[in-house]
Amino acid sequence: MYITLNIKGFFMKTTRRQFIKISSMGVGGLALAATPILNWVPSFLKKDNDIPDDSKAKRYPTYCEICFWKCAGWTYTKNVDGKEKIWKIIGNNDDQHSSGRFCPRGTGGVGMYEDEDRLKHPLIREKDEDGNQYFRKATWDEAITVIADKLKNVAQKYSPNCVAMFSHGSGGKFWGNVLKAYGTNSISAPSYAQCRGPREVGFIATFGKGIGSPEPTDIRNTKCLVLIGSHIGENMHNGQVQEMSQAIDNGATIITVDPRFSTAASKSDFWLPIKPATDLALLLTWINVIIEEELYDKEYVEKYTYGFEQIKEHVKNNTPEWAYGITGLKPDLIRKTARAMGNASPAVIVHPGRHVTWYGDDTQRLRAVAILNAILGSWGRRGGFYQPEGIKLKSMPHPAYPKISHTWRDATPGKFKLADLALASGICDATIPSPDRDCSYKAWIINGTNLITTLPDRKNTIAALQNLELVVVIDTMPAEITGYADVVLPECTYLERYDMLRTSKHREPSIALRMPAAKPKYDSKPGWEMAKMLAEKLGLGAYVPYNDITELLDWQLKQIGSSLDEMQKIGVKKIDREYNDLYFLNGEEHEFSTNTGKIELYSTALVEEGFDAMPKYTAHPEPQPGFYRLNYGRAPMHTFGRTVNNPHLNDLMDENVLWVNPKIAQLEDLSAGQEVWLKNQDDVISSFPIKVRITERIRQDMVYMVHGFGRQDDRLSRSYGKGASDSELITHIMHDKIMGGTGMRGNFVKFITENPHPSDKPLTRKVNII
Amino acid sequence: MRYAMAIDTKKCVGCSDCVVACQTENNIPIGYSRDWITETVEGTYPGLHLQIRSERCNHCEDTPCVRTCPTGASHVIEGGIVKVTPEECIGCGSCIEACPYDARYVHPEGWVDKCTFCDHRINNGQDPACVSVCPTTCMYFGDLDDPNSEVSRITAVRRIKVLAAEAGTKPQIFYLV
Amino acid sequence: MKEELIISGRMNPHIDPVMNIWHWSIPLYLFLGGLAAGLLFFAAYQTIMGKDKKFLTSVRIGPIVAFGAIVIGLMALLYDLHHPLYFWQLYTTIRLDSPMSWGAWTLMLIMPLNMIWIFSYLKDIYPVHKCKLGFIRKIAAWIITTNDTKPEQDWDWKHKIIRDFEKYIVKDRKPLAWAMAILAIVLGVYTGILLSAFNARPLWNTAILGPLFLTSGLSTGAALLMIMTKDHFERISYSKIDILLVIIELFFITHWFMGYQAGSEIKVHTVSYFLGGEFTVTFWVNVIILGLTIPLILEVMELMKFKIPVIVPGLLIIWGGLAFRFIMVDAGQVIRYLY
Repeated sequence: MYITLNIKGFFMKTTRRQFIKISSMGVGGLALAATPILNWVPSFLKKDNDIPDDSKAKRYPTYCEICFWKCAGWTYTKNVDGKEKIWKIIGNNDDQHSSGRFCPRGTGGVGMYEDEDRLKHPLIREKDEDGNQYFRKATWDEAITVIADKLKNVAQKYSPNCVAMFSHGSGGKFWGNVLKAYGTNSISAPSYAQCRGPREVGFIATFGKGIGSPEPTDIRNTKCLVLIGSHIGENMHNGQVQEMSQAIDNGATIITVDPRFSTAASKSDFWLPIKPATDLALLLTWINVIIEEELYDKEYVEKYTYGFEQIKEHVKNNTPEWAYGITGLKPDLIRKTARAMGNASPAVIVHPGRHVTWYGDDTQRLRAVAILNAILGSWGRRGGFYQPEGIKLKSMPHPAYPKISHTWRDATPGKFKLADLALASGICDATIPSPDRDCSYKAWIINGTNLITTLPDRKNTIAALQNLELVVVIDTMPAEITGYADVVLPECTYLERYDMLRTSKHREPSIALRMPAAKPKYDSKPGWEMAKMLAEKLGLGAYVPYNDITELLDWQLKQIGSSLDEMQKIGVKKIDREYNDLYFLNGEEHEFSTNTGKIELYSTALVEEGFDAMPKYTAHPEPQPGFYRLNYGRAPMHTFGRTVNNPHLNDLMDENVLWVNPKIAQLEDLSAGQEVWLKNQDDVISSFPIKVRITERIRQDMVYMVHGFGRQDDRLSRSYGKGASDSELITHIMHDKIMGGTGMRGNFVKFITENPHPSDKPLTRKVNII
Repeated sequence: MRYAMAIDTKKCVGCSDCVVACQTENNIPIGYSRDWITETVEGTYPGLHLQIRSERCNHCEDTPCVRTCPTGASHVIEGGIVKVTPEECIGCGSCIEACPYDARYVHPEGWVDKCTFCDHRINNGQDPACVSVCPTTCMYFGDLDDPNSEVSRITAVRRIKVLAAEAGTKPQIFYLV
Repeated sequence: MKEELIISGRMNPHIDPVMNIWHWSIPLYLFLGGLAAGLLFFAAYQTIMGKDKKFLTSVRIGPIVAFGAIVIGLMALLYDLHHPLYFWQLYTTIRLDSPMSWGAWTLMLIMPLNMIWIFSYLKDIYPVHKCKLGFIRKIAAWIITTNDTKPEQDWDWKHKIIRDFEKYIVKDRKPLAWAMAILAIVLGVYTGILLSAFNARPLWNTAILGPLFLTSGLSTGAALLMIMTKDHFERISYSKIDILLVIIELFFITHWFMGYQAGSEIKVHTVSYFLGGEFTVTFWVNVIILGLTIPLILEVMELMKFKIPVIVPGLLIIWGGLAFRFIMVDAGQVIRYLY
């Protein structure tokens, strides 16, 4: 038997090789013989599908604008019918954000340029005799003049302080500078109070330093990565996804806490299918176990932290058995995972996440994450959190900005003193006039952010919009918010423009250049040019002391010993660190920017403001019968709603689906692929239906959808009405008392299977363009 | 020379970068794709197993698509790469029916299109577009006949599976499981 | 619960969500090819057996209908090509492994034979002395002559070479009949092999499909002859032939299902579509009951001297053959390997 098998194996092997040879020769021979005589093809039937050679194609440096990670890369062009056309975007190998590999959104960035639904001309809102409003195509000069006149009017009638700006993306810097020159500092980004704000405040309260972006997590060197409510892999934060993959290769232990079997959970050694809204209970329990079992980094805790005894006392009742009843997680699993963290210490990361505005106690929850990292000694340690370093570029000399009497802090008087950035939601609230406020905002400049969907509680946002004298929207794409604008300015995409140099912090400081690979399409312009036009119209030209942005860039680069010329060739330049302090040196003294100069396990700053010094678990509302908690997240191929109309990315995912557990589907009589509408606890019904995905990957007390769909502007030809919008259903906000964050995960929905919308009811706010 | 690909399902997150990179690199029209992502979920909450795979033409050793092609448009080039010559293709669909992976499709211009392992890139010493962009570096490409190639080394040490082995086509895309 | 889904990419038209690259034209082509194979086979067979004087419809009319069927079938096939301007590439190469190539070449050979056959019977079909050529006389003047002085011979071929060729063929039809019988069987088997060559489609990938399609093609051919002929003897003969063919077909189908049920996982999965699954009703009602069993009963009853209008079993058999091909092509594309 053994011999037979062996012979058979040998036989098969040799004949297989011979067979390949013969067959390939046969094919080749036949093709050769047939080619000249028989396989002649008339020239009009020839197909041209040649793909150019990378080394011969032209390329232009850029950094990506599809998300905030801002990976640096190259835009390649190719010759199509005698014209250079944008072909593809590839990562820059010298870039630390991307390591030469773009994510799907970055690769699909060409679609942003190609999208034929783009904003094409400046638009001004007008009224006809019957009072109907419409958008009129305008020249750039007309559009900028309208803005300048209205801004002058607001400054005269009220104060320049009453102008606010909301921004997401690179162009905002230019507008921000013009507004500072004009006289306001109410410059906010929804990415703070609607997203990562609590994380920054929680970490500043603990370490005296926020997290920032990209997160300085040393994932590639870690031995244990803990994800709690962070779905790396579905959120495509490029560097982190890449490093998590390296961590898997290195055999790091991955622990994922998520009520949903996320992609990350499927890659994990431990998955903790936690009951939603109980994360803080688990965090406190982990702190308890790590302290009680003496798994913490004793030397580190003694040397660097303040309040260890208080925290030990504070969590002494938060045992795994206590947590079991709250979180539904088995005590054994909690202990095992705590030990895994302890064993890996200090090369362990309890990831702070990014979108953390969940239940209103978010700053305290992130405090618990920070405390956990502190006692495990991971802050400033290899495999934990490294200390990033960036470079600060000089700005060209310009006159001093005017003094501001009414700042963004006055929008929320006496509250949220610990917030380190302006609150978009706070400014929105302070736009609706109220008797106890002397100055409400009168004009909004909105750059690259669709406030209708980024701010929760849509009714409130629309009410604020009705009280404004001027709404300017600067964007590349139509969106719900452009429908509310008085003036719409079409920005060209990042592939068609220069922008400020990217200087974000990383392991090594670096700069990256973005330059155009094509001329702006349609009648669009880069942000810097629009902002400069406005500055000049407002008589503030002196604040923009350059004729073309290339002058500014070259000037800035020459200050650090480079030049625009050099950067156009290399795209990314790394600069040596000023100090060799990527990680704390052993036994090094370190002064933290807290009141005590130590890592504050017990926060003196929070006590000063009248808040709990240490996080406490409080129970949050749970769904009523027939309702399910609405949870939302990201898909790797989309950035919020920004990309859903991008032809390439829309091709990857053109609608979101509603994840429903099979048992719930059975109970609610739902079938796979069925369209349902959702109605929330405040009787708000989704505008569009969403298809049901019946999957075991989700708990029974919740439903899940990817954020960014259910777009309501019908100028978005590919994405209009596809899928449902989670933000539309987020009407109950759980405010973070410490920093004003808007907790969004306390919303509950039920299924509606019959179309609740009368067919004649218009779903969009139609504004015709003439 | 025997080109092959190994794809690590332990690392793949299904981000679909391979799909869009192929689309831009090879000028694939919107609405079509040469590669794609599948997901398989097994088990009952919370005892679950999830496998995500990036799939494409398996450049099989035994090629039913080439065999059934009536004109010779489908052919095998050096390294075992299966290609289609658009000018010889009549668009009859035989090769599409012959593929157990449904990896071929009719290009809007009428000819049948499929993954080429980016042979234009391989010839320049580059990896195929999908492999070169993958953020998780879960794809390995190379020559199976070269024992030192990345794909030879990884398939030697890891547990592998191929898709639809029972179709008997000897596929050359290996999934590391 | 097991969930399998394509997350992104691969929503290629005609491939997803289910393979549908071959629509109505391919099964129609397969049906017409089978029908033509049957008709041509019987014409050749009766000639070889020396019964061409008894089976007039078979040898004279059958091949004309067959020719029409092949032309329509080819048009359907051309219509299904996505790159039809390049169809001539089929004839730049012979690929022995490709059933499609076999089919293209078989048709290439059988069509001229079929034309010669029809040509050799033209004077019988259009009897020279009775035929009123009318306007054809004018447009065909380049190839035929008319002679009003000889009333018994109204028309003839103009060129001597054609007249000689005609004489040569008519003198001994057997070599032509043999060639056509063989090609007809190749054509009939080919319509089945075209499908069975695809190991990627578990439903099709069985050797029994060749004989089964041949049998089905012969039986539809016989059924059509049965309907067309006005001669009682010819009709009864084809009725008997059909009874035999239908029994063989039923046997093949039973054998095929039994083989699948005793096969590997994928074969069991495949046959379940016909035994309780998606295609059960369509297949059993249209093919087994309407297309085979009922006509079988009717024809046996006819032999037992019951009065049965011949068109009923004939049309049912033809319907069964057509439905069988549509169901096979459709189901074959739906059923795929699971992985």
